[in-house]
This record gives sequence, C-alpha cells and structure tokens, in this order.
Amino acid sequence: MKPKDFALSLGLTDEEYGRIEKGLGREPNENELGMFSVMWSEHCSYKNTRRELRKFPTTGPAVLVKAGEENAGVVDAGDGLALAFKIESHNHPSAVEPFQGAATGVGGILRDIFTMGARPVAFMDSLRFGRPEAKGEAGKRTRSLIKGVVEGISHYGNCVGVPTIGGELVLDSAYEGNPLVNVFCLGTLRHDQIRRGAAKGVGNPVFYVGAKTGRDGLAGAAFASRDLTEESKADRPAVQVGDPFVGKLLFEACLELYARPDLVVGVQDMGAAGLTCSTCETASRGGSGIEIELDQVPQRETGMTPYETLLSESQERMLIIVHKGREKELKEIFSRWGLDAAEIGQVTETGRVVVKQSGKVVADVPARLLADDAPVYEREAKVPAKLVERQKLDLKKILPTKPKLKEDLLKIANSPATGSRRWVWNQYDHMVGLRTVVRPGGDAAVLRIEKPGGGWVRVAMTLDGNGRWCVQDPREGSKALVAEACRNLACAGAVPLGLTDNLNYGNPHDPEIFWQLREGVEGMAEACRAFDLPVTGGNVSLYNQSPAGPIHPTPVVGVVGKVEEGVKLVPGVFGAGGGVILLLGKSESGGLGASLYLQEVHGLIAGKPATADLELEKKLHRLMRSVLRESGIRAVHDVGEGGILWALAEMTFGSESAGAEADLPLGSGGRAEEALFGEGGGRILLEVEEATVANIERLAKEAGVGCRTIGKTGGNMLRVKCGGEEGCWMVKELREMFEGSLPRALES
Amino acid sequence: MRFAVVQFPGSNCDQDCVHALRVLGQEPRIVWHQETTIHPDEGVILPGGFSYGDYLRCGAIARFSPIMQAVKAAAERGQVVVGICNGFQILCEAGLLPGALTRNEGLHFRCETSYLRVENPASRFTSHYITGQTLRIPIAHGEGCYRAESAVLQALEANQQILFRYCDAEGRVTREANPNGSSLNIAGIRNLRGNVLGMMPHPERCCEAEMGGTDGRGILLGAAGVGRPI
Amino acid sequence: MRSLGGYLKAIVTVTLKPSILDPQGEAVLHAIQGMGGKEVKSVRIGKHIELEIQGGDEKTLKKKLEQISGELLSNPVMENFHLDLRAGG
Repeated sequence: MKPKDFALSLGLTDEEYGRIEKGLGREPNENELGMFSVMWSEHCSYKNTRRELRKFPTTGPAVLVKAGEENAGVVDAGDGLALAFKIESHNHPSAVEPFQGAATGVGGILRDIFTMGARPVAFMDSLRFGRPEAKGEAGKRTRSLIKGVVEGISHYGNCVGVPTIGGELVLDSAYEGNPLVNVFCLGTLRHDQIRRGAAKGVGNPVFYVGAKTGRDGLAGAAFASRDLTEESKADRPAVQVGDPFVGKLLFEACLELYARPDLVVGVQDMGAAGLTCSTCETASRGGSGIEIELDQVPQRETGMTPYETLLSESQERMLIIVHKGREKELKEIFSRWGLDAAEIGQVTETGRVVVKQSGKVVADVPARLLADDAPVYEREAKVPAKLVERQKLDLKKILPTKPKLKEDLLKIANSPATGSRRWVWNQYDHMVGLRTVVRPGGDAAVLRIEKPGGGWVRVAMTLDGNGRWCVQDPREGSKALVAEACRNLACAGAVPLGLTDNLNYGNPHDPEIFWQLREGVEGMAEACRAFDLPVTGGNVSLYNQSPAGPIHPTPVVGVVGKVEEGVKLVPGVFGAGGGVILLLGKSESGGLGASLYLQEVHGLIAGKPATADLELEKKLHRLMRSVLRESGIRAVHDVGEGGILWALAEMTFGSESAGAEADLPLGSGGRAEEALFGEGGGRILLEVEEATVANIERLAKEAGVGCRTIGKTGGNMLRVKCGGEEGCWMVKELREMFEGSLPRALES
Repeated sequence: MRFAVVQFPGSNCDQDCVHALRVLGQEPRIVWHQETTIHPDEGVILPGGFSYGDYLRCGAIARFSPIMQAVKAAAERGQVVVGICNGFQILCEAGLLPGALTRNEGLHFRCETSYLRVENPASRFTSHYITGQTLRIPIAHGEGCYRAESAVLQALEANQQILFRYCDAEGRVTREANPNGSSLNIAGIRNLRGNVLGMMPHPERCCEAEMGGTDGRGILLGAAGVGRPI
Repeated sequence: MRSLGGYLKAIVTVTLKPSILDPQGEAVLHAIQGMGGKEVKSVRIGKHIELEIQGGDEKTLKKKLEQISGELLSNPVMENFHLDLRAGG
C-alpha cells in the first residue's frame, strides 16, 4: 500500500499526511505512520479541542504543576503536602468489554497519579448508562453493562488497595448507546517528591518496567476516535486486559524507587499509544531525543512487528529514565517486586525518537512533531436548530390543574435514577488505607491525610455532572455544575483547591455538538474564575455517539478541597428529632427547566436550567464553612436534583432518622411543583439545635445570605406545605423505595 | 509487644495494621515475604489484601512464600498469629487453621460494617469482651464464605474454636445477618491450641473513633497479651 | 450419538484467546518456577464446565449448546470455547 493510502486507512487526513511528510522531509514508513495516527488522534492530541481548552484558567497560588505540563496536575494543600489528581475516561472500551474496559480505566488513571511521584489514596468514578429497567434487549444490555463496569472497577480498585470513596451513577436513556465511564484518582506527596516526565541528560539510560508487551489494544487510541458502530463490536484486538496485581506491584516499586535521592530523572506511564507516546512525550518535555532498541523490550508474544510493539497498549508498564551509573539500583528494586526492568535505550541530544529493531532503524521521527505538533483545528460551531424550541417551557400544558404532590414524590422515590447507590459502593473497598473519614453516600467524600510534619489534614472531594442541564443550556448548565461541586465541598467545610474535568461529547465534526462543547468550556471557565478555582488537568472524550444519536453534552468535574481547621463534619441525614430545619441561601427554586422532576414524572426534557448566581454561591459557601465551626449543627445537605422536597426526603433516609415537617415558600412561579422540585442552586439545608438558630441567623445576616426557618424534625412522617398545597409521606415507605429502586431495576 | 506484620506482594492492609498497632501502643515491624526470620518474642500478623492478586485461589500462592516456614514454626512454638481477611485465607491454605474461604454466596464483593457476636471469651483474642457481646467491625471481601467438612465444623463447635459469628444489630445469629453464606455464620476461629486466630472482618479498621468505631481494639490488645482493664 | 437412558453430557472448555493477557496464568507460572518447576515455561488458565442434558434431539441440542457456550459460558470478546458432547449416564 502506498504510504498516503495507508495513512488514510489509519484515519489520518490528506492534510495531516502532508504535514508529516513535510516534517520528516521524506515519505514516512508504515511504523512512523502508525505512530502519528495514534499521537495525532483526538484522544492523544486534543486536536479538535485544544483551542477551547486554552480558555480554562490554569494558574493560581496553589498550583504546583499546571494543566498540560505533565500526566496530572498537582496542588498545594499546605504544610508541605501536595495533592495530585486527575479524571480520565474509558468510555468506548467499556462499551465493548465493560469489565476490562472499566478495570483498565482504573489502572490507567492510577498510573497517571503515581507517575507524578504521588501515592494514590482514593478513587472516585462517574458512570452513566441507559435505564436498567427498560424492556427487551436495550434493558438487558444496560443491566449487563452496569454490572460489568462496577465489577471491573471493584476488581481493579480493590486489588490495588486504593479505596473508591465516591462518585456518581446516572441512569438516562441518552446514554443507552454510549455508556460513560470516567475514573478519578487522587494521590498525596510532599512538594519535594514531585516527579516529572522529562528525558534529560544525554546518555542517561531509558528503562522499561512492568508487564511484558503483547498485542493488547492495538491502535486503541485511534479506536476511541471513531464512532461506535456494529463493526466496532468486532474490533476485538482493541481490548486491553488489566492485571491489578502487577499494577499494585508497579506502584509500590516505583514509589520505592522515587524515595532514593537523585536516582530518577524522569518517569512516564505507558498508556494510550504505549511506547510511542511515552518516548516522544518525555523527549519533547526534556528538549532531547530518545533512542530505543525493540529487541530489548520484554515481549510476551513471539514475532511482534515494530508496528505492533510501538503501538501496543499492554497495561501496567512505565518508562523510567535514571541517572547513568544508577542502573543497578533500579534493577534491584524491580527484581525484589518481581517485575521486569529492561534497559531499552538512552537519552540523546538529537531531538528525535529513533527506534531500532535488531540494530536496524525502523522509525526516526522528531519528538516534538509527534508529541506537540499535531494540527490544531478550528471546528465549526452552530447553535442547534431545535434548541430554542426545546428551551421553551409551558407548565400549563404539562402540569395537572391540581398538583399531585403525593404521587409525584413517590414516582421520584421509586425511580432507579434517584435511588440509593449502596449497591454500587458496597462492591468497592472504601475503607482500606485508614484514611476514609466520610464514606460514600454523602455530598462529598472526606479523607484524612498525614501531613509531612505530623498531624492530619482533611481533604474533601466530589464528582459532578449533569447532562440534562447541559443539553438544554450548555453554558449555564456547566456553570451550575461547577457551582454545585463547590457547594458539595462547602457542606464538608472545604475550600476548593483545584478542578479536573472530563469533557464527554459527541462527534466534534457536527457543528451543533461542537457548539455544545465550546459553550460548556466557556461556562466552566467562567465559574472557575469566579471561584478562583484552577483547572489542573483532565481529559476529553469525543465521538460518544452511536446510530441512536449523540449523548447529552456531559462535562464531568472533579473538585478537591481542603477542610478548614475547626470544622466539625456532620452527616447529611437528620438525627433523631427535635431539631430545627433552616434553609440557607436563595428562597427561589429557579423553575422546573431541565429538571429531574419533568423527566421522571412527566417524561420530558424542556426549559432551561436556572442561571447560577456565582456571587451568591461564593458567599453561601463561605458562610457554610464558618457555620460548620459552630456547635449545635446536626446535619447538612445541599439542594440539587429533585429540588428541595427530594433533598428533605433524602435527609430522612438515615437509619435512625426522624421525619420532618416543613413549610416552603411558593415562589414567584405560583406552582407548588416548581417550588418543591425546582433545581436552582445556591441553597443548603441545615438541621440545627433550637438553641443555635439565632446564632446561625446572625452569621447569615453578616454574610449577606438568606436564612429562613422552614420546619423541624421529628416523628416518622415527611410533611410539607407549600402555597396551600400539602403532602405527607411515611418516611419508612420512602426509605424502602429509595433503598430498593436500583437493586430492583437491576434484577428486571 | 512486638509484632511482625508480613507483607506479601499484593498485601494492602499491612500499613493499616502497623498504624493500628502503634495507636494501641504496640511495636510492629513490616516483614517482607522473602525474609525467613520471626523472632521468638514477636506476634505475627498476616494482613488483608490481595496477595498474588488472589489468583488461582485466595492465599494459595502466598502460603508457599519463604516467610511462611517461619510463621508455621512460630505458631508451633505457641506464638500469637493473627490472620485478617486475606491473612485468614492464607492460614487455611497453609493448614494452620482448618477449612477454607470460598466465594461469597451473593457473588459480589461486600464492603460494609458487619455485626459480630463474641462466642467464647476464654480465648485471649476475646478476653476484652463478654460472651454474647455485639461488635461492629467492617468487612471487605469477595471470598469470605467459610466452609469445612461437617466433622470439622462439629469439632470447631465442640472445642469452642468459633470466636466470632455474624449476627444482626441485636446479636441474633441469623441467615439474613450472614453477609457471605459462611457455615454456622463463622466470621473468625482459633486453632485448638488457642494461639492462632483467623477472621474475615478487619479489626484494624476500627481502633480509632474517627474511623467509625473502636470495637476492634480488644482483639488486637488481646493478641498483644494486654489484659482487659478492670 | 446413542445416549444411555436419554442422558447426554456436554463438556465445555473455555480458554482465553491466544493474544489475551492471562494475569492468573502469569502469577501461577512465577509461583511454579519459585517452587522449583523451572521447566514450566507457560501457564494459561481456563474453565472446565460440565452440563448434564436430558431430552431433545442431537442436532438442535448441539446448536443450542453452541449458542449457550458462545454467549453465556464464554466471553466472545476474550475467550474461545470447545464443546464436547457425549453420552452421559
């Protein structure tokens, strides 16, 4: 095949081929084209989204390693402690093979974190699927995907001994053809332990450590950049198998290696495009070159061609550059841990990645051309034709003449979309490591981390996404999303330090979808600037669409924060009664636009999500952090999906929880459903002791934030009044629905 | 008391055990599985985790590690040996305790707080508790279903070797309260001599209030030979 | 095939596709070599599944069992299966 035709068959464009030929000054060979096809794929190069990603704020006083510099961003948590964290997706592989797709997703993000020199201490995952209770093949497939993915995460996460402490599981038919599996990992390290992935020092040896190379996931990165079709199900060789046992050995061995002073020059994990990516990226960062000999690469299959070896995505492998003369120490450490460690090459000053097999050059490419010079595209953006229509909301045509509050809440309580996720996190070891202070199930997870000088600091984290808000208004939806994540952290008394994002969208060549992405990025950027929250890194996953259509635009954000000194953490559920319920923040519910209520109860998505009031949110979060230093605070929960009524209901679901009585303001809309189920932000519910109320009111007034008493806790019922309407429910009944809706849907 | 906490490739709870023992005023050290010495004055902890990835069978490969010769010898000398979760699995594979741990009946990994009924306070491991006392101790396992031949089960009961059983919050040993299908709701047993304990729940995870409870302290203090406060 | 008393036995052997990584096999191989079995160079682990069958005719049975083997007993993305149908009893 002629080089150009081969290039096109790999997914490169005419123009890209021309660029490669120009950059090389000659025709590229097959191996080189393979390397470019993966390095210049969307997954590796972000060629379609780079222009947009530059809009994120990435700097700040707490940022130690910026977005885009290394494998993961790092922020300062004070007292010499640093936190490395990142989120990544493994959507397409999970659709094809859910267990291994999810498992290798976990393995991959784990490597990104310990590559930075950090000890991984927590995972979170954000999962999206279709409806498990759907009938026929669709439902069957969804149930099988959910089970496979959760088992895969459980398998890998539990085996490597890193607790999975939080996340989200979202069930929406918009994801039926295309599940989303986004995995987040956080690691801790001292400032002086930060490791970078740069190849420096001519003559320094380049080591390959970890599992042997096989034919796993060949061209996996290129695979992720094509739409999922019936054909791609037959793309079997693109599936990688993870070995969490080797993953665990690898990170323990690497951490031991890092602890030796002045031994490691640079380290990079082999993820997408394995050997190719790790060599060219480290060379590019170091402003140097690398020469490797493929005969030295440990292989578990015979007869692998250079093409295969260079593009293999076998898991659990790292590239490590050490100072010349220190080779023996590296080999000793890896031998003790039972891992292969092979010297495969050295650092050069040519600025080129030169690959040999049996002494003969099989690829010779400038490192920067491969790693950094993929074309950056300006994609066309167009407002979706039907958007304005979809954003209209005429409640008079949707709501019944008289509210049916009782049935409405029961519908929501019975839906697997809102049910307890205990079925999921019970399968994850969330306690290993003795750091988990707040376990899964709440607004934010909290870890305790040992400070370098002794003593503990508490770190809070949350993952949030909302495809429904974003499809109706990508900009406002993603702003509201960032506000919600920060609000969740505020409920744990934490100041946000950094944000990592996973942008999940459809085909960027579709101008309407690209518009969604641009709007989403700009909305997030605006919110991040308002909160002084740097984006420390993340991932873009495009082409999430199938014959059934694209997914909702779904940016997912992971926000990490530090719990302030003196904060007392409180549960998200009511105590045993006798408390007063306060509503901090807005009284208005923001309307029913793009709400869970409209989707679950009336089967439609319409209207726009409420506009986030970022200034108010900031004041509210600051207030919340000081409230948690006061005594007499019993419970805290923020209002989100399902509105204030569902938030109140959730607070009654603790094992010892009392019921509640509340009188809620009707709001300007005039309909009880709007007031009770509207999802506008800027609201937090508190249960406090009677004696504390005056104190909180005073603090709120000083902060310029609304505070109103809306009810009290006690009894075994949930009773709510709003604008002349009333509803009451047995807490026991609601709780049983809440606990059972997901398990029942999975058994269908 | 000094403790040797064995670290196998894939062990995850070794540092947790070290931390918990230090919190309780003991002197733990990590021992790599390839070492061959356990001191005569040391207690031995085989911690939880996924030694060798749980491949083939849980604990099946770890039992052949060089350190296990020394662990066996220590057990024979009457030294305290505690196997927690994966450690329990390794003790059974090594023949230091009877029976075997198999896949949870529900087939899923389960991480949650379990209730345990203390069965026999005459053992050092239960000396800090009263018979019938209910403890809240977390479990986290996919293969915790204890099985043994009926003759063995009968002997365990007759010799009061069953130290902990899964129960409900009220201390009732019921089928519903059994998280993994273990025969006789067995959560932890001792050997005939009384110096070796194997248990699936994790006492090291409840030695500090901040971690959710302190019911596990008594087990580790008992192992350390620390008497029950009056 | 003649079956004794109408019983058939199907033995389905499920193995990983040759290019797929077998982490279990790798771990067991190291353990074997550690025990002195240096002559053993490779270990790959599969499953042996026995099905007892009563009733039905051979031809439709074979087809049905192949479907069951390919869709349930093995994961077609990563595994192959071999079906051996014989007289039971």
